[in-house]
Amino acid sequence: MEKELLFITVIGQDRKGIVAKISDYLYRNDINIEDISQKIMGTYFVMIMLVDMKESTREIDEVRGALEDIGRDLGMHIQIQHENIFKMMHRV
Amino acid sequence: MTLSVEEIFETASMTLYQNLDIRTTTLGINLKDCIHSDFTIFTDKVYRKIHDNAVNLIREARKLEQKYGIPIVNKRISITPVSIIMETHAEHGKFIEMAKTLDRAARDAGIDFIGGFGASVQKGMTKSDRVLVESLPDVFAETERVCSFLNVGTNVAGMNMDAVNLIGAMLKKTALKTRDAIGCAKFVVFVNAPEDNPFMAGAYHGVGEGDMSLNIGISGPGVVRSVVEQNRECDLTQLSEIIKRTVFKVTRSGELVGRELAKNLGVQFGIVDISLAPTTAMGDSVAGIIEAFGIESVGAHGSTLAVALLMDAVKKGGAMASGNVGGLSGTFIPVSEDTNMIEAVKRGSLSLDKLEALSSVCSVGLDMFAIPGDTPEETINAIIADELAIGIINNKTTAVRVIPVPGRKAGDSVDYGGLLGEAPIMEVNRFSSKSFLKRGGRLPAPITSMRN
Repeated sequence: MEKELLFITVIGQDRKGIVAKISDYLYRNDINIEDISQKIMGTYFVMIMLVDMKESTREIDEVRGALEDIGRDLGMHIQIQHENIFKMMHRV
Repeated sequence: MTLSVEEIFETASMTLYQNLDIRTTTLGINLKDCIHSDFTIFTDKVYRKIHDNAVNLIREARKLEQKYGIPIVNKRISITPVSIIMETHAEHGKFIEMAKTLDRAARDAGIDFIGGFGASVQKGMTKSDRVLVESLPDVFAETERVCSFLNVGTNVAGMNMDAVNLIGAMLKKTALKTRDAIGCAKFVVFVNAPEDNPFMAGAYHGVGEGDMSLNIGISGPGVVRSVVEQNRECDLTQLSEIIKRTVFKVTRSGELVGRELAKNLGVQFGIVDISLAPTTAMGDSVAGIIEAFGIESVGAHGSTLAVALLMDAVKKGGAMASGNVGGLSGTFIPVSEDTNMIEAVKRGSLSLDKLEALSSVCSVGLDMFAIPGDTPEETINAIIADELAIGIINNKTTAVRVIPVPGRKAGDSVDYGGLLGEAPIMEVNRFSSKSFLKRGGRLPAPITSMRN
């Protein structure tokens, strides 16, 4: 079965527990983390996770809601978007 | 990862912080196959076709909002111009009944506006066209969601001044029948109206279209403004390059969502309209881009140059991003729907005359501006005719959406709230062109139309 890849973008101030909280949620819902990278961009801490949702037990709207809740707890913005939009915007 | 953190951050920031959205997905629906000699059967078929397809549109659009994390702000319907399908039922009462049917179908499906209650009359008017125009004040008074257009000219037919001369009186009647003249915001008069424009109030499903097609209006004034603000010192060539690159990315997101939505709905993908469309949300202003260029307040000398630069860069970036650019694809400069435009009028930097000048280098024309309610109908017709002449002579679309507000004077303001925003009442030239306008007839097509 083909992978269903999405990017999770976490933006805010760096703090303990970001990766732990998000990856715990993903693990519990059978969403596999394919790759992680992070960078300081200007005043922002930015972390990107590439995840595969093909075996996910949750629909995308549920995952979005849960990630937004985690973001609120951590004081960060979390966005999840299908990889196609990044490919369309940044690759000709 | 095949994409860099910077690229992913840029896209996520557009949606999180810069109001990037798909401004509208408009499903064009052909209603010619609903025509029936029995009017009850006719309206039933119209209701069913619109309602069922609108429900599908909303459901599928919501799925894509979740998948891509991009809000699709408006989900709308455009239909075959109503004057065409009503040719054999051209009676006032039946037009009202048809409008109510459209309104009900839209409301029951959860659609905020349905466009196409209009006619193309550039060379002349049929009985149905006339009855339609006469019915408009009652249509706007008795429905909430029905939008109307009139195409009164093309650069190959010229402009039908007899049709233009009906509009001022119709708008003044509408103004009296609807709260703060709000009905006038649902009527657009065009020349060279595109048949696949997804934006209200002027959207309709042209007779050259297939049974159904999905058209997308992208947006992103906030995204463009953000990159302009990050590049305060560059020259105009570089500024154009920066805008082109940004609009390319924004348009690609529209192309992606549009194609996928059309496929999921099982309909033909129509066009991506690359117009920059403002809203009154903080930072989502087209005038704000002009001001970020370095114009103190939009309307100041230099503003026409700024709009020209912006418009050209938007077109170049959009054309590279999509093979299906269509609709209006200009820059919208409505007054009431753009916070910085509202402020510019209030502080005296933007007049109606300058607004007309700006429209000569962008599409759409004079949009969503309010004038005193006691403006003579001939003056309203003359404002419309001036703007439309720019379109005819320059081979482009222009349009007018004017709101004469009863009881209000220049300097007053009307707050419509929501998408329609706040309209400061603009001053109108007090001298008359009545004797010129009453000549009527047709403005001949310009010499530039003879290309065969």
